[in-house]
Amino acid sequence: MTSGPHPSPPPSVMGEGVHSPARRIGDTMLSVDNISLAFGGVKALTDISFDVREHEIRAIIGPNGAGKSSMLNCINGVYTPQQGRIRFDGQTFTSMDPHKAATMGIARTFQNIALFKGMSVLDNLMTGRNLKMRANLLAQAFYVGPNRREELEQREKVEQIIDFLQIESVRKVPVGRLPYGVQKRVELGRALAAEPRLLLLDEPMAGMNIEEKQDMCRFVLDVNDEFGTTIVLIEHDMGVVMDISDRVVVLDYGKKIGDGTPDEVRSNQAVIDAYLGVAH
Amino acid sequence: MLYRESGQFKTTYAADQQLFPIRQDRYAIGLLLAVAFVVIPLFASSYWLTALLIPFLVFALATLGLNILTGYAGQLSLGTAAFMAVGAVAAYNFQLRIPGMPILVSFILGGLTAALIGIAFGLPSLRIKGFYLAVATLAAQFFIPWLLVKVSWFSNNSASGVITAQPIEILGFAFDSPPRKYLLVLTIVALMALAAKNMVRSSIGRAWMAVRDMDVAAEVIGIRIMRTKLIAFAVSSFYCGVAGALYAFAYLGSVEPDGFNLDLSFRILFMVIIGGAGSILGSFLGAAFITLLPIFLDVLLTEGAAALNLNLPSGMTSMAQLVVFGALIIFFLIVEPHGLARLWQILKEKLRLWPFPH
Repeated sequence: MTSGPHPSPPPSVMGEGVHSPARRIGDTMLSVDNISLAFGGVKALTDISFDVREHEIRAIIGPNGAGKSSMLNCINGVYTPQQGRIRFDGQTFTSMDPHKAATMGIARTFQNIALFKGMSVLDNLMTGRNLKMRANLLAQAFYVGPNRREELEQREKVEQIIDFLQIESVRKVPVGRLPYGVQKRVELGRALAAEPRLLLLDEPMAGMNIEEKQDMCRFVLDVNDEFGTTIVLIEHDMGVVMDISDRVVVLDYGKKIGDGTPDEVRSNQAVIDAYLGVAH
Repeated sequence: MLYRESGQFKTTYAADQQLFPIRQDRYAIGLLLAVAFVVIPLFASSYWLTALLIPFLVFALATLGLNILTGYAGQLSLGTAAFMAVGAVAAYNFQLRIPGMPILVSFILGGLTAALIGIAFGLPSLRIKGFYLAVATLAAQFFIPWLLVKVSWFSNNSASGVITAQPIEILGFAFDSPPRKYLLVLTIVALMALAAKNMVRSSIGRAWMAVRDMDVAAEVIGIRIMRTKLIAFAVSSFYCGVAGALYAFAYLGSVEPDGFNLDLSFRILFMVIIGGAGSILGSFLGAAFITLLPIFLDVLLTEGAAALNLNLPSGMTSMAQLVVFGALIIFFLIVEPHGLARLWQILKEKLRLWPFPH
């Protein structure tokens, strides 16, 4: 349940937006200032700035090759931008590194599933909690004291996430054997296992049928609602984006061409041109 | 029918996370340990112990070491024999140069020395992967035996670097007969196998497999790639180092650095591949396959020829043995490229249903 400063809103009738935007959106948590990234001569991102507020769902959209995934990669330190700064949680970085991003509570999923294929669902999720594990190598080798305690504690936490995502029946199955939709869900689970404050989702619904998309939307909204996790997501399904996100950033050819609420973005001429093309 | 876990409910995570969650497995491993620790030392001949079981256990330990590095952490290495050499020579020198040094401590220090060398030769893994890394570890394989021969201090100035291992004595008890040596090796191997199993089911093991399966994702969830790989090299070399010390002290008695050649490294790599990469059990199966099967085949062919009154030319059986052995390797790799451990796993899944089809 909500536990923010605002009283929880009255239950809204389905149809007038999936959740009320008055919810608990807080101050700016992440801001990207003037980020530019180039691979040799290819400019992937040019002078991008936007911010993400606490507890909101922020979508990044744009045609293929617009630089959406590169943007996420800059935020969690997989890529180092040539220019610009990233401010997260009051600290400013000219470049993140992935480990630091993880310790600061940024988790993500990948466009092409990046699970550990040889490991079971349970082990994948347990790996997601590796930063919470402290036992030293000897304790692990003898499986004594702190290590045994830690394994059991973390297992309990992981089981809560398995419950939440309704993947109990496959918990011991190697993820390589699972169908695509379930793998996507497990990857979300692995990111959630870290108890992130900011969750970056790279096309969580790509390649799914309508039922799977609905399930995934429900999970994303529930994560946002129940855990208060801030979410940045990249998605191509405009219906989904317009329904679940609070604000949308639009990129095209590495430039920002729109930013605002779904309604504002929908009526933005530059965005329409980028998606539908214009006569020259 | 017999191998069915119905009715064995787990009510705690502790029960679910124990080493052998299925009761039949616990009985089986208990029986196996009883046979290994009690029956074999009582009844096995000293030929069996010294020529078959001790080398099998020593190679199983080295295979375990390489399996941690290659099977779990995904880093290909061809330097296994070199790390064994480091362990053997280091343990020898600790025994030789520090009076009153307990032999077990020497083994551990030998392993730790190998671990340090392993870390040094693991550094290239931070930049290169796969076959290229294997070539980089070849450097260890060529450099270390050469160094051990070249610098005669390591072998206490003996000819061609041969070291003669000191007798094994623990708290005044001499491990001089084959059954005693066998028991010592068995105890060390059993404990280290248990430790390996525990590591691979704890967070370090998950980190190894994460780096093996998808290193970018591993990095993003906060695993330090460099640290994880170097720990894998260290632990793996520790196992190889102890195996090398046992190879010298409990198996051969005296070894020369040239004995730890590339051929030995390849043998151990084959044990990993045939047994099953990423499996503790597979390390034992692979070591058994490569060390025991040729001898078994040899006996079988010789006896078989004698029983059938065939007058085979001399050398025929030993060549036939090589042919059959090679054919068996190919057969098993075609049947199950993931190794004997996977075959065993499939068999267990079948056994759960047997004799009913569903």
